[in-house]
Amino acid sequence: MLDISTWFNDVLAGNTIFTADTLGYYAQGFVTTTQLVFLSLIAGLIIAVPLAIMRSSKHKWISLPIYLFTYVFRGTPLLIQLYIIYYGVVFIDGIQESFLWPILRGAFYPALIAFTLNTAAYTTEIFRGAIKATSQGEIEAARAYGMSQSLMMRRIILPSAFRRALPAYGNEVIFMLHASAIASVVTLMDLTGAARFVYARFYAPFDAFLFVAAIYLCLTFAILYFFRFLEKRLLAHLQPQTP
Amino acid sequence: MKKLVTVSLLGVAIAAASSAQARDYDNVRIGVDVPYEPMEFRTAEGELTGFDIDLGNELCDRMGVTCEWVEQEWDGIVPGLMSRNYDAIMSSMTINDERREQVLFSDPYITMPSAWFAASDLDISEANEETLAGMTIGVQRGTLQDNYVTDNFSSVAEISRYSTADDMVLDMEAQRLDIVFLDFPIGQTTLLESDDADYVVIGERISEPKEYFGDGFGIAFRQRDEALAEKFNEALAEVQEDGTYDEIFTRYFGEE
Repeated sequence: MLDISTWFNDVLAGNTIFTADTLGYYAQGFVTTTQLVFLSLIAGLIIAVPLAIMRSSKHKWISLPIYLFTYVFRGTPLLIQLYIIYYGVVFIDGIQESFLWPILRGAFYPALIAFTLNTAAYTTEIFRGAIKATSQGEIEAARAYGMSQSLMMRRIILPSAFRRALPAYGNEVIFMLHASAIASVVTLMDLTGAARFVYARFYAPFDAFLFVAAIYLCLTFAILYFFRFLEKRLLAHLQPQTP
Repeated sequence: MKKLVTVSLLGVAIAAASSAQARDYDNVRIGVDVPYEPMEFRTAEGELTGFDIDLGNELCDRMGVTCEWVEQEWDGIVPGLMSRNYDAIMSSMTINDERREQVLFSDPYITMPSAWFAASDLDISEANEETLAGMTIGVQRGTLQDNYVTDNFSSVAEISRYSTADDMVLDMEAQRLDIVFLDFPIGQTTLLESDDADYVVIGERISEPKEYFGDGFGIAFRQRDEALAEKFNEALAEVQEDGTYDEIFTRYFGEE
């Protein structure tokens, strides 16, 4: 342990910008960014699946509200959504006395809510497209077996839709990671927030932002690798067969 | 191809060198971070005004140069000077050693203390490590107040950093912040003189230690623009001598 810390101090010796202190800010930023992105993706996914099913419904009264939701959230910049949720929520009458205030008072949950709703809107549309693309033959076959609508959804449509949606969803995950860079405008110390802090304190834009770009790049590659692995497993039956 | 690049680079270098030589500062661009009365702000008609602006324009008149004000968010204002977006910064910038390594300062033209501001129901009489423990402190990112608070209180309190003081004041009203640390005149106009809220200054106005609070506000230049800084210093001495400075000072800060 001692070896590592002396080695670390040697590496940092004579470096005015990347001291243990500023690296601490980057570390804190890394934790905040991954938490925000991971939690919003999970929550967004959970919301998106039922919404996508409702969105592909034939009944107007079911699909129309979902259509409105996805268009509002895909049609406006995430930054504006974040501003509205963080600064706007204060102007709701009585909000500061309500039980929600302890949650909304900080910056983390408003950001999480904005990110979740945004990714849910995109994911809903990705899944809806995949559900729509289910081949008619599979549906007919399921009907011929006498499957009910819900059983057919569960066993036939959703599993194949998930597979088809995988590559597009992988992109959405990466977009979300990059979009999270705006979290620092509402005072969150995320990765970009740490970079902006170092930049403003040491007037060193290149050092601060190149370093954080490298971290984002590593995260992006980790996500890419994970999705390539998933695709290999789940889409194995679509690979060309070698004898 | 390579030769072509070399030749054209050479051409650019020569052009740059000769224009630097010929430079006699007929036209000076001054970077300013807009927003707060009374230092620099926009009137209801959208006109840029304030103490920095009026004094800056007066100095330019004395030097016989045309000045143009360029707006730039605070946290990028020094890099903007380096990348030649403007030739000077006149935006309530406190002179301190950390900044002296980056830029060349004029003589100080005004001294402004910083102060702690909080809602009047915050029950402390002085801001120190004990009283601030567990609180959320608001500062503007990259300011000397940010450095001071980060170095002294980040172990006991939560620090929220904002790009503009407006966002910070909004969050103060929303009760997301317990206390903010600001240039005194900015806090005075945004918080103490706000219509419907009740804020007080906690403790004394602060302008020590010098390490953070430096030597008053100065105009910043690129290190190599010594001649320009000298011109500004001469003009500054002139307006202080003949009373124009006092007149501008009284316009924004009243008699003191």
